[in-house]
Amino acid sequence: MATRQTRALARTMMAPAVVLLLLWMIVPLGMTIYFSFQNYNLLNPAMQSFAGWFNYEFFVTDPAFVQSMVNTLLLVGGVLAITVIGGTLIALLLDQPMFGQGIVRILVISPFFVMPPVAALIWKNMLMHPGYGIFAHIARFFGISPIDWFAQVPLFAVILIVAWQWLPFATLILLTAMQSLSEEQLEASEMDGANAFNRFFYIILPHLARAITVVVLIQTIFLLAIFAEILVTTNGGPGYNSTNLTFLVYRTALLNYDIGGGSAGGVIAVILANIVAIFLMRAVGKNLDT
Amino acid sequence: MARSVRPQTKIAFTVLAWLVGLILFFPILWAILTSFKTESEAIASPPVVLPSVWTLENYFDVQARSDYFKHFFNSVLISVGSTLIGLFIGVPAAWSMAFSPTKRTKDILMWMLSTKMMPAVGVVVPIYLLFRDWQLLDTVHGLTFVLTMINLPIIIWMLYTYFREIPVDILEAARMDGAELWKEIVYVLVPMAIPGIASTLLLNVILAWNEAFWTINLTAAQAAPLTAFISSFSSPQGLFWAKLSAASTLAIAPILLLGWFSQKQLVRGLTFGAVK
Repeated sequence: MATRQTRALARTMMAPAVVLLLLWMIVPLGMTIYFSFQNYNLLNPAMQSFAGWFNYEFFVTDPAFVQSMVNTLLLVGGVLAITVIGGTLIALLLDQPMFGQGIVRILVISPFFVMPPVAALIWKNMLMHPGYGIFAHIARFFGISPIDWFAQVPLFAVILIVAWQWLPFATLILLTAMQSLSEEQLEASEMDGANAFNRFFYIILPHLARAITVVVLIQTIFLLAIFAEILVTTNGGPGYNSTNLTFLVYRTALLNYDIGGGSAGGVIAVILANIVAIFLMRAVGKNLDT
Repeated sequence: MARSVRPQTKIAFTVLAWLVGLILFFPILWAILTSFKTESEAIASPPVVLPSVWTLENYFDVQARSDYFKHFFNSVLISVGSTLIGLFIGVPAAWSMAFSPTKRTKDILMWMLSTKMMPAVGVVVPIYLLFRDWQLLDTVHGLTFVLTMINLPIIIWMLYTYFREIPVDILEAARMDGAELWKEIVYVLVPMAIPGIASTLLLNVILAWNEAFWTINLTAAQAAPLTAFISSFSSPQGLFWAKLSAASTLAIAPILLLGWFSQKQLVRGLTFGAVK
């Protein structure tokens, strides 16, 4: 079927996508790398000069950088732990026979479709508000004094909000994977006398391994870039207590107009994301051959 | 589902599952309920579950005070626009990779996926400066372009996995029967490709609608879609929870409905075909 003509046609059909993506990747990334070696502040744009490694030194030795790296890891790790464990359990539950399964499924996946600023504002005001929020009401009902989430445990509060948004994603993908497990295999194990516990650890969990890998990798890509949830709840504070790397770059470049410093931070973020990406690409690439 | 279970077990699972579902859905439900309350009822203590009088006042207020529908239409323009442009570029590309693959097709696909891995903060500085110089800041078309680019890899990947499932033999059979090329395309290929294209469209409208980094950083009053508009509620301006809830409900309702219809495609699109 592939004559020379169709091959030429195929190349023409691909060209716009390839060229656009190439430009989109190379031009801004090249500029970011260039700016990261420049002294360039928008408050004083005439004073642009070569900076060597100064921006990197400055960005990395800033105490806010270390804290934001720690926060980024806690945020990604915390959300992953909640969503993968919670998602597996909920998927397991949804896979059982029940009444109204379709509706429960819809209820469970809904948070994923809520745009980040809305999710964050609903949680911030109506659930976590120390005076009028539902959590405060519940705490007072049990005679505990309500906590001021965004002042006392700001990062944990952000983790909860983000986990709520991503729990449906993990659940949905793990449920899809679970449903592809053959019924015969489970029945056979049941006849062999395996109890529910053994079935889960020796049959279901190994079957889910691949899906869990995919969930972890894809979520990591998105979780490294969490931004709006922090912006509308804590604005990175108090201090730098809930600032992640993405938010630190935003703050440096777009709020303090330090183009050089922000670009250096951007390059560091790209390197970090690439480390994760390599693993993801391997997991996805394997699937292409089959 | 063929396994037989005792009715008690089934009821127990039902109760537990509904409980989990309702807890997860609660924040959304609460926002919807609050949007019909008066402001004083919205912050009443102890909380009022159902509004004593269902009022639409908050919805009118949000529109009157901040021209809500301007932002709503910005969201529609940007999400639908970027998806359509993405499909216009992506369909031919995915098509040719699925039907006349070469040795490099796999590498090109992987490379396209890798552009999606680039964090936004890695390129936000130059994009911001270029947009400033080209007067694209706070414009709908500027933002549409950015969202087209960030979703293009997903569009191509999704389409590719769908197109690959179309059996090529059918095309050849049609050709043997003497069908002309255009007939082959219109009567054989298009009907088989449409479901995949529709799913891709749906998922990408959802993703673009909810995108909240570029939309917030590249817009101000004029081109702000709902993500940016809602974010402006974060600055404390008193406790206007009922109005905030009304704005939120309107912002998530259309996408919630679309999302419910596209559960299956969601899995496939977001895992780049790795889980089906």
